[in-house]
Amino acid sequence: MGANSHQESFPWKHIIGFLLSLVLTFAALWVALSSGLPLKAVIGIIVLFAVIQASLQLFMFMHVNESDSGRMQTFNMMYSFFIAVVVVAGSIWVMQFVL
Amino acid sequence: MKWSEFFVTGEPLIYAADVAIVLTMIGIVFVLTYFKKWKWLWDEWLTTVDHKKIGVMYIICAVLMLFRGGVDALLMRAQLTAPNMKFLDAQHYNEIFTTHGTIMILFMAMPFIIGLMNIVVPLQIGARDVAFPYLNALSFWLFFFGALLFNISFVIGGSPDAGWTAYFPLAGNEFSHGVGNNYYAVALQISGIGTLMTGINFLVTILKMRAPGMTLMRMPMFTWTILITCVLIIFAFPVLTVALALMTFDRVFGTQFFTMANGGMSMLWANLFWIWGHPEVYIVILPSFGIFSEVVSTFAQKRLFGYKAMVGSIVGIAFLSFIVWVHHFFTMGAGPAVNSAFSITTMAIAIPTGVKVFNWLFTIRKGKIRFTTAMLWSLAFIPNFVIGGVTGVMLAMAAADYQYHNSYFLIAHFHYVLIAGTVFACFAGLHYWYPKMFGHILNERLGKWTFWLFMIGFNVCFFPMYFLGLMGMTRRMYTYSDGLGWTPLNVVATVGAVLMGIGFIVLCYNIYYSARYGERDMTGDPWNGRTLEWATASPPVHYNFPVTPVVEDIDAYWVMKKKYGGFHVKEEDLKPIHMPSNSGRPFWMSVAFFVAGFGLVFKWFALAIAGALFIVLGLILRSFEDDDGYYIPVDEIKRMERAARKGA
Amino acid sequence: MGEAAHRYDETMPLEYRTQESRLNILGFWIFLGAEVALFATLFATYLVLFQRTGSGPTAGELFEVKDVLIETLLLLTSSFTCGLAIFEMRRGRMSGLIAWLLVTLLLGAGFITFELREFIHYVHEGATMQTSAFLSSFFVLVGTHGAHVSLGIAWMILIIIQLLQRGLTAKTARKVFIVSLYWHFLDVVWIFIFTLVYLLGMVI
Repeated sequence: MGANSHQESFPWKHIIGFLLSLVLTFAALWVALSSGLPLKAVIGIIVLFAVIQASLQLFMFMHVNESDSGRMQTFNMMYSFFIAVVVVAGSIWVMQFVL
Repeated sequence: MKWSEFFVTGEPLIYAADVAIVLTMIGIVFVLTYFKKWKWLWDEWLTTVDHKKIGVMYIICAVLMLFRGGVDALLMRAQLTAPNMKFLDAQHYNEIFTTHGTIMILFMAMPFIIGLMNIVVPLQIGARDVAFPYLNALSFWLFFFGALLFNISFVIGGSPDAGWTAYFPLAGNEFSHGVGNNYYAVALQISGIGTLMTGINFLVTILKMRAPGMTLMRMPMFTWTILITCVLIIFAFPVLTVALALMTFDRVFGTQFFTMANGGMSMLWANLFWIWGHPEVYIVILPSFGIFSEVVSTFAQKRLFGYKAMVGSIVGIAFLSFIVWVHHFFTMGAGPAVNSAFSITTMAIAIPTGVKVFNWLFTIRKGKIRFTTAMLWSLAFIPNFVIGGVTGVMLAMAAADYQYHNSYFLIAHFHYVLIAGTVFACFAGLHYWYPKMFGHILNERLGKWTFWLFMIGFNVCFFPMYFLGLMGMTRRMYTYSDGLGWTPLNVVATVGAVLMGIGFIVLCYNIYYSARYGERDMTGDPWNGRTLEWATASPPVHYNFPVTPVVEDIDAYWVMKKKYGGFHVKEEDLKPIHMPSNSGRPFWMSVAFFVAGFGLVFKWFALAIAGALFIVLGLILRSFEDDDGYYIPVDEIKRMERAARKGA
Repeated sequence: MGEAAHRYDETMPLEYRTQESRLNILGFWIFLGAEVALFATLFATYLVLFQRTGSGPTAGELFEVKDVLIETLLLLTSSFTCGLAIFEMRRGRMSGLIAWLLVTLLLGAGFITFELREFIHYVHEGATMQTSAFLSSFFVLVGTHGAHVSLGIAWMILIIIQLLQRGLTAKTARKVFIVSLYWHFLDVVWIFIFTLVYLLGMVI
């Protein structure tokens, strides 16, 4: 997707992104509070929903892959996501022995 | 707070330092006033956005901090020379090893590297400045005032004393009552923000501002290492930012992150500190690898061997650097699974590092070697660094680490990698690029004296420490009893430290001597260099290149010299050059950071808020600023080019 | 900087037309990468500490679904309206741009109001930053996000003033685009706060 100047007349992408975000928010809420699934499954599903919703923001609203630096920007965000996983999961794993 | 608590009192050493500081300040003010240099100082240096001048200021600060950290080191060695010494008491010793470590890593190694990269990287990629020159000035001043804040703790309020790692609970309110560790948290925070902005600035510069034809795989190796270092800075420094903020919250606002009660977890500090701390080690070592690559290739007069393998190994080291942090605290007790995993990732780092060592050796092989000072540092680096690396692999074995941990074996190991890696590289880079910075060459004869004194002194000082560690001497002990058998090796180590100190003095004399009598570099290319920085005049005109050079291969300038006999500029190709305007705002905003930080250290919140308001004011003024820089007309460029090249 | 800095490319949207703008936008994306690392560290701290409540209340005792849902919907909608502002900007419609930015601002201010009420409510129940490791990490993580939103509001106001003063130029368009990136990013962070702080706290 290039950053070209001709523009659609109606913001379809934004509306679809917004509706999907709402669906994912309420779905996560339902899974967490009313689904009765086991705890590990709940955590897995709501984290997955969050990741999908974050990607929606990045691609539908923020246009991370547009412009001549699109690949660098996308790579930058993917790598930062990798670092985030390392820091969060790593810290929890390392500190597990005192939890 | 009473005034007697505000100023540090009680030690003759401190009073002597107070007097020295006051006299130095009076001296500086007198000289500036007498020679009418205030305006020059403001116009040429304090408000500059020129990457070369900013780089020079970084290096001046780094050399001053090397002096301060070195004096700390010599005081420690004096105290440890003989058993039961009474030279320093335990508290003073704690403060000195804390400031030594913090200053050497954050206020000496970092600015030295960042200074060299400021001067060299835009020149190497054929750019006129960095991507964000204003931000670059702000980065420098934040570093400067962070370092200043850290250093005044010495005479105002008291120095931090919990080690450069500042482990909790020792560094918390329960065990450290004074303001020393507040200084640590706030000063590192301020300079850390500057470093993060430098990382972003240079990453964008290297990605987007390379000369036409310079693809990523044609970049000079130093630029490659800086590119990857920037990535490390960008993802590691925010972790430090958070860790220090949490420390500040704990110490100043009474939160419970790392406390001993109410669920606080002191060990979490170690975890966060080293998530930043390990990449930090690579932030200072990767650029060093880059410097050695440039120097070795130039003085072996050959293209760097295994360019692609070099790039791959830098990327590999950077990747691994984020997944090894636990090896700094194997003994914390995280269990066999965690320790084994981090043990393996740590040992894996030896592989890309080994690749690099072989590449340097193969670059030297069959080269026409010129033994300049810069080359001597690079040649000495290889065996010394390998000693540090191999003992690092020993430490990486989690089970064995329970023996080595926090002993002098560890002290010897990290000094072997950090001095033989980073400090040797800084000296190599300083001698190599000195003519580019100042237009004259550092005297080679004095340079070699520095090299031999420092290099021999370094080995005499630190090699015995491996054995002291194996004999049971632990880190951070301020004295030891007679009859342990440690005395002879400690005496030897102190002799080595003194030799290093003499080497440093020779270097300082060399800077003075060469400024007066040193050989002037009229060619811009004193070493028969290979990369684009040597295509400019020494020192370069502030716009660097009158026209943007076109790159055809790796070692762009070497290719130009072979094909066209050099970098030629036709006067009819000149066009007006756009340059950014100077600004005083980075300077005064950083003063505001300093004031706010000082208020936070002493919990004088009114002062902290006043400082913060000025920071906000600076941001608002910047937002509304409408200054797009200025153009240098062609006639002016012609005049400057002739003036710069008149010796050639 | 050189002639390249002023290379003007008519085929791109206004905010990308000068080289300087392209450098700024890429630089801001990289800054957002650093922000990811910053928030990741705060999340790591929170997730390690959130069950260490000492003598204070637990997450389950404190959090209320209704408040959290209102905050979430306000911020999510503001991210959507911010996207619409950029959409209008790319169509060259100044009035639509400013209108949607103002809506975004109001929604953001609403979010901050609800968050402050939530915090004040906790403090009244005796749950302060100093109570336990859980609450320290909760207030610092959610508070850091809230501080970012507040900063975003102030920043957006400055940019609206500049739009009114200077009109839609390559420079103001770039500023609007960058503040929009920042705003969307804060919603991304909130998604994870919603999930890992509130939902997780109410489940465990």
